[in-house]
Amino acid sequence: MTESLHRDLGLTDEEHDLIVSILGRPPTVTELAMFSVMWSEHCSYKSSRALLSTLPTEGEGVLVGPGEGAGVIEVAPGQAVAWKIESHNHPSFVEPHNGAATGVGGIVRDITSMGARPIALLDSLRFGPTEGVRTAYLAAGVVGGISSYGNAIGVPTVGGECIFEPSYEGNPLVNVACLGIVETEIMRGRADNPGDLVILFGSATGRDGIGGASVLASAELGPDSNDKRPSVQVGDPLTEKLVIEASLELVAKSIISGLQDLGAGGICCPASEMAAKSGSGIRIDLDAVHLREPGMGPFEIMISESQERMLAVVAAERAPEVLEVCRAWELEARVVGEVTDTGLVEVVVSGETAASIPAAALASQAPLMKRESERPEWLDDLRAAPCGDAPQEDLGGCLLALLASPGGASARWIWEQYDHMILLGTVQGPGGDAAVIRLPGSAAAVALSLDGPGKLCHLDPYEGARLAVAEAARNVACTGARPAAVTNCLNFGNPEKPEVMWSFQEAVRGIADSCRALGLPVTGGNVSFYNETSGRAIHPTPVIGMLGVLQDATAAVGLAFKAQGDVIALLGTTHPDDFGAGDYAAVVHGALGGSVPHLDPKREQALHRLLAQAAAKRLLSSAHDLSGGGLAVALAESALAGGLGFRAAGTEPDMETHRWLFSESPSRALVSLAPEKLDRVRAAASELDVPVTPLGEVGGDTLDFGAFQVALTQAAAAHATHPIGAAP
Amino acid sequence: MTVRAAAVVFPGTNCERDCALVLERLGVSVELLWHTEPHLHGADIVVLPGGFAHGDYLRTGAIARFSPVMDAVSAHARNGGLVIGICNGFQVLCEAGLLPGALRKNRGLSFLCHWTEVRVCNHATPFTSRAEEGQRLKLPINHFEGGYYCDESTLAELRENGQVALRYEHNPNGSLDDIAGITNAAGNVLGLMPHPERACEALLGSEDGVVLLSSMIDSALRAA
Amino acid sequence: MSRYLAKVDVMPKDGISDPQGQTIERALPALGLKGISSVRVGKSISLQIDATDEDDARRRVSEVCARLLSNPVIESFDVVVLPL
Repeated sequence: MTESLHRDLGLTDEEHDLIVSILGRPPTVTELAMFSVMWSEHCSYKSSRALLSTLPTEGEGVLVGPGEGAGVIEVAPGQAVAWKIESHNHPSFVEPHNGAATGVGGIVRDITSMGARPIALLDSLRFGPTEGVRTAYLAAGVVGGISSYGNAIGVPTVGGECIFEPSYEGNPLVNVACLGIVETEIMRGRADNPGDLVILFGSATGRDGIGGASVLASAELGPDSNDKRPSVQVGDPLTEKLVIEASLELVAKSIISGLQDLGAGGICCPASEMAAKSGSGIRIDLDAVHLREPGMGPFEIMISESQERMLAVVAAERAPEVLEVCRAWELEARVVGEVTDTGLVEVVVSGETAASIPAAALASQAPLMKRESERPEWLDDLRAAPCGDAPQEDLGGCLLALLASPGGASARWIWEQYDHMILLGTVQGPGGDAAVIRLPGSAAAVALSLDGPGKLCHLDPYEGARLAVAEAARNVACTGARPAAVTNCLNFGNPEKPEVMWSFQEAVRGIADSCRALGLPVTGGNVSFYNETSGRAIHPTPVIGMLGVLQDATAAVGLAFKAQGDVIALLGTTHPDDFGAGDYAAVVHGALGGSVPHLDPKREQALHRLLAQAAAKRLLSSAHDLSGGGLAVALAESALAGGLGFRAAGTEPDMETHRWLFSESPSRALVSLAPEKLDRVRAAASELDVPVTPLGEVGGDTLDFGAFQVALTQAAAAHATHPIGAAP
Repeated sequence: MTVRAAAVVFPGTNCERDCALVLERLGVSVELLWHTEPHLHGADIVVLPGGFAHGDYLRTGAIARFSPVMDAVSAHARNGGLVIGICNGFQVLCEAGLLPGALRKNRGLSFLCHWTEVRVCNHATPFTSRAEEGQRLKLPINHFEGGYYCDESTLAELRENGQVALRYEHNPNGSLDDIAGITNAAGNVLGLMPHPERACEALLGSEDGVVLLSSMIDSALRAA
Repeated sequence: MSRYLAKVDVMPKDGISDPQGQTIERALPALGLKGISSVRVGKSISLQIDATDEDDARRRVSEVCARLLSNPVIESFDVVVLPL
């Protein structure tokens, strides 16, 4: 074995020395490969684990917190859901269709491994500017991959976001979240009883993604990234669908005692994690693994990332039942090992031991990286730069530009490619603030939203992250739901760079503070580092997946104006200076600077409570979160969705018109309601100390702001055609 | 008498539970039938639900038509039994020769999931008896290969025999003659691309699917 | 310059998973067809091209394949050139 083999596999000299000391001898090639994937950033979280432990993870209703396949939350008596988000960024840059498709596959298996039936998907996508040479290709590939895989496995994709910003050129972000409903019991990844058998079922094992975890995900992309291409995995949604059904049947019939999916790190990952969690050991016989390729070496079999595979642990006498369930679902299944009491992960091939490693060493003893962290020097200059709040004469033109921009235009071209209706639970699908999914056999529903503010975090990672949590909660609250749980996907650059590590630290701090202030537990998530190309990192992009609970699905509120004559009102306070990192600044002035809007969590929470109360009492026709483009864009969006214009009327705001219309202060919502219900809303608002500002009424075919008017048809035309792909 | 339906499940079918749910709410007893089953167990109605049978690999429905259950489905159809093929089910019926023509890739070469309006063009079929001639129904589509195609002489036959049951008001996928659903010559087999089971609840966007499914149940009761 | 006919076979690369091929292979026994294995599914594309000679034709078609007709990440291609 060459001196530098461990370096080729991504291990440092210090890590190699630690391995030698753990084993008491030099590692075999197979052992080195196993350490290289389990101790990779992607699998071990060695740069982030310490900071992630500062996130609040406990709360009412949390049944399973971080550390398992997915977090599980009780949302109604006797009803629990699994909720998690994951990234598949680097594979999507290399092969967008399959990268995104296998990203869907991976998160769906995570949810399934908890004994939960996947019932909804959301995706958060980020690409470079629409004019970029590769952008259209990447976007089409990613959306096509999510569509082909999600639709085929029969899980509706019901929401998400799609952002086009220069920061993501060369580093697309593909984050996918999945919701599942626990059907019988919650399953976990455990191997508690020595003598139990280990069964691998699903697709055959090939050379897919060899080294994908350690080599591909924990390295920056550069001009030689083409060499990393052979690692790409191809998805097979047909097998995935069968794997989901077989897994859920095994759980429903209480046949198995442990279940974990295979993703990054291949067989090695669940084998070591399940054994480590249970304090037991696992012996894997590689000759028993069903292979797609002949002549695969031991290390290849152990770390292969072939898709659509699960590892189950079962009492020996019940193993035939597992094999029978798999056979009935036309899946390959093999007994590949057994649980032992040695505490070791042992790998045997042709009777010889190719690896023998303490499970805990692989699963949880990757040395934590002490990364340097330093506030970047350029930050002060950036904050002193103009924030882009200068007035414009043509306010109507500004609004149209915002509606036609990549961030504002209709995303219909994306979500009409997604089956968003299967499973008969989609009360509100894509196009709103949050998706509303009625739980099977229930009157209750969950509301789901993904939000990630890269520009805000670039200016101020702490405040930006705080705002991200608030925005996601507000999107869910606008449907009438009570925000209840958070999953997060933290997308950052190279953690070996002090300024990236500083932004990561600050963002985690912001998420923790915001979650605590709003009473929200973080039930799990994902970290994706090394999102850099040729040394240029993406903006710090924490994506927040918010889950809310609605006790009555029929009380859900949408963002569209409903009826002529309805009164329109603004809930919350507008500050004249909240333009930093906003859409008006970017689209109208091409500016990114200044300071980000300030969040008052108490006001934010009061707004959420008001929206929930008003929805439960059926007082509202519509409710819409204010974010990019502020009040003007929110008014336009509600009008366009309802096909109804509005007429502004009411008191003059005490600030310049463009500030009133385009400032992006948080903790605000735009509502419309029947005039006779206004008094009750005012009363409820006053109890919660939320200001209510009447703005006018719904009606007509213009967006009549008073100071200017825009025809509804003109706004619709600007909004309908997304710069990247026309709406049908 | 309780009407009984068999919903066939191929590997990759994914709309069977939705179909079962809405049919059961309409008083039908539904059995999910795995594709290797050679018998229909006395079903009055056979449902071929939507999905991606065999991953849609090779051609949509191409492999499914050879499944053991299809012999029983063909016999049931030959004997005048009711068969409804929804979306992927329609594709399987065409590959199996139980309906003429084929479904091709959408004209825009994009997957389409959205609401459409269809028009009832023959209200005398067992699947449209509760509808008025020309009645508009709001039903969703969800497909990549929904463009109905057949040759000229087949189209002439379909039109003459009243086999065109449903047409799109605004053709979304390039289907010949705006065809959204057809029956066989005897009228007991219906294939349609829109999903009626997804339009059975106002909360979810439309109840118009009930018109088609209730008609079908009426017909099953009459035939008993 | 002469005109040539080119036939291109675009196949999944060796080692890449081919779900279509595997699914078809699994379905064959049910049709009573035995002794068939290693099914792989690709695309066949034919085109005509003007070139100075066969080598030139092959070179240029290969370029088209590498840039457009195949996805080099997951597919390989084979070119056959015939004079017209």
